[in-house]
Amino acid sequence: MPRSDMMIEKGLTLVDAINEALAQEMEHDQRVILLGEDVGLNGGVFRVTDGLQKRFGVDRVVDTPLAESGIMGTAIGLAMAGMRPIPEIQFEGFLGPAYDQLTNHAARYRTRSRGAITIPLTVRVPVGGGIHAPELHSDSPEAIYAHTPGLKVVMPSTPYDAKGLLIASIRDPDPVIFFEPKRVYRSFREHIPEEEYTIPIGQAKVVSEGTDLTVVTWGASVFECLAALDRMPEDVSVELIDLRTIYPFDADAVVESVRKTGRCVVVHEAPKTAGMGAEISSIIQEHCFLHLKSPVQRVAGFDTVMPYYKLELDYLPDATRIAESIQQTLAY
Amino acid sequence: MPLKTVYKAQIENLQVLDENGVFDEKLAPEGKPERLADDQALEAYKFMIVCRHLDEVAFKLQRSGRMGTYPQNKGQEAAALGVALAARKGEDFFCPCYRENAALWWHGLPMHYILLHWMGDERGNQIPEGVRMTPLSIPIGTQMLHATGIAWAYKIRKEPRVAITFFGDGATSEGDFHEAMNFASTLQVPCVFICQNNHWAISVPREIQMNSETVAQKAIAYGMPTIQVDGNDLFAVYKAAREAIERARAGGGPSFIEAVTYRLGDHTTADDARRYRDPNEVEAWIGKDPMIRLRKYLSARGLWDDARQAEHEEKAKVIVSEVVKTAEGIEKPTTDDIFDHTFAGPLPVELERQKATMRTSSLGQEPEQAGLSGEARRM
Repeated sequence: MPRSDMMIEKGLTLVDAINEALAQEMEHDQRVILLGEDVGLNGGVFRVTDGLQKRFGVDRVVDTPLAESGIMGTAIGLAMAGMRPIPEIQFEGFLGPAYDQLTNHAARYRTRSRGAITIPLTVRVPVGGGIHAPELHSDSPEAIYAHTPGLKVVMPSTPYDAKGLLIASIRDPDPVIFFEPKRVYRSFREHIPEEEYTIPIGQAKVVSEGTDLTVVTWGASVFECLAALDRMPEDVSVELIDLRTIYPFDADAVVESVRKTGRCVVVHEAPKTAGMGAEISSIIQEHCFLHLKSPVQRVAGFDTVMPYYKLELDYLPDATRIAESIQQTLAY
Repeated sequence: MPLKTVYKAQIENLQVLDENGVFDEKLAPEGKPERLADDQALEAYKFMIVCRHLDEVAFKLQRSGRMGTYPQNKGQEAAALGVALAARKGEDFFCPCYRENAALWWHGLPMHYILLHWMGDERGNQIPEGVRMTPLSIPIGTQMLHATGIAWAYKIRKEPRVAITFFGDGATSEGDFHEAMNFASTLQVPCVFICQNNHWAISVPREIQMNSETVAQKAIAYGMPTIQVDGNDLFAVYKAAREAIERARAGGGPSFIEAVTYRLGDHTTADDARRYRDPNEVEAWIGKDPMIRLRKYLSARGLWDDARQAEHEEKAKVIVSEVVKTAEGIEKPTTDDIFDHTFAGPLPVELERQKATMRTSSLGQEPEQAGLSGEARRM
């Protein structure tokens, strides 16, 4: 499928990059099929699978009945029988009905069968707030799944990373939950290679190097952090790490950076208590205790229900809160 | 607009061999493929003797502290084996719950695997290469979706195989049951749904579990061929299962079978059914035991007698004692097994660390920070 003039000229959005990765994997691996609600004719509610049913047929891009447990459970069966299913759950808020199949079956099957049965599936899930969506369309549940042994959890923030990580996820022999930050879906374009490439699961990316403080984040928050960094005085040098994989996350990258800077702020949209920030802080105190110059700060969503969209920007960590936290940590 | 009937339905009940051993020749004529031949019926009966004996021994193993909780299969052997006989070994695939041991053993699962599972050892789930089934499924009703997905893969690849899933009457209250039935039917996949209606979901009787007259009628809502059979009648189960499995194989889509049977034992060894079941009800069902009527049938055809019964009961004891010996002879797994099967690929660094320090403190991971020196190095 040739790229459009727009893509050639201005680059690909996150949506374009995921669509291209799906098409290329389907092209070279007959085992790959897509299933979910509205993923076929309609191309998904975010148009991520646009054009794929027309190209690969109704047997490989399948509009399923409206039932998330059914989507996840049949995907498990498909994977057991040697296929490489890519189920889509339309929004992260609808993972609830699929939770049992995902955590009690997909995640556990390899261990409970002592390796006899493996579940190579990649479940794609739009995630996070900031797009004025209705109730249960804006949550950030990544920590729940990072706390589920047997699952890998990925959340790219750029078109380049999305393509490479999605291809790596599809080829991975284990179940992967691939969160797509919907606020980034069409927020910018990026020139990325047309040929297939992979980015290893579990590898963080240093977005910008620095020496005074480390910011660790992922997903759409990367861009709030970049905005916060723009507000820093010239003499402040901040290292920004995009975790990219939530489980297993790249502790070595975080530890190496914090040993250098001695200060760290973790930023995520999800509620603070028992969020990934807690785990990252803990890893930092285990491995960087003698290097720390200040307590690790967390800038996160609150331990509340995600508000409807009139208040969602007050809930989500923004550049102002992040900049404030960086400065407090530097002044500690 | 006149009021008119737009849909009408009925449920048939099939019984070929009744509890007195009387056989309905019209429903399964001699020599026809829908009738189990004498040699098959004989093999099935001998196999049931072994299954029943192993089930009783498993109960005793739990009572004597040699095994954990165990759900007895007693009384439901025909429902399991009738389906197993109708499926193709090494081709068709089973997604069971935990009261179909006979079907799994018949299709090649080594008998000691089931004991190993209930002895708290995951290697009882490590299905050998070439044996086509998932391990026992403990949560209720979740495996039906897996069977549907497996059948879906067969359909995509145009393989002439069928996925068969077992579950109980209680499982048909679960959402996953309805989702599996709907997916299977809309996708027209080769999947056969076998409900062993044994009347009791632990302490809740079928009448409280559902307000429908039969379980079988639930399939009508999904546009699926459905039938109720006497689940204690090996011939009825076989005939219905054969028809459903072959229809699926030929591209005719999924089917539903309600096998009406009875759980003669407790739910598990951790249960005491006397708390909630009328002993007269149990007594009546003991008379409908699938093995009694099959023995009558075989005896009437000159294929069985008391001497053979005694001989095969002795043989079963020898087989079962070997199975128990095998299961108990398997050494405890190593603690590496807790970690090593979490992922197919290499262990994540943090898991490697946890594995290496599972008997020490987490501070041991950072010797210099814990004030340790020299030999103790970070993993």
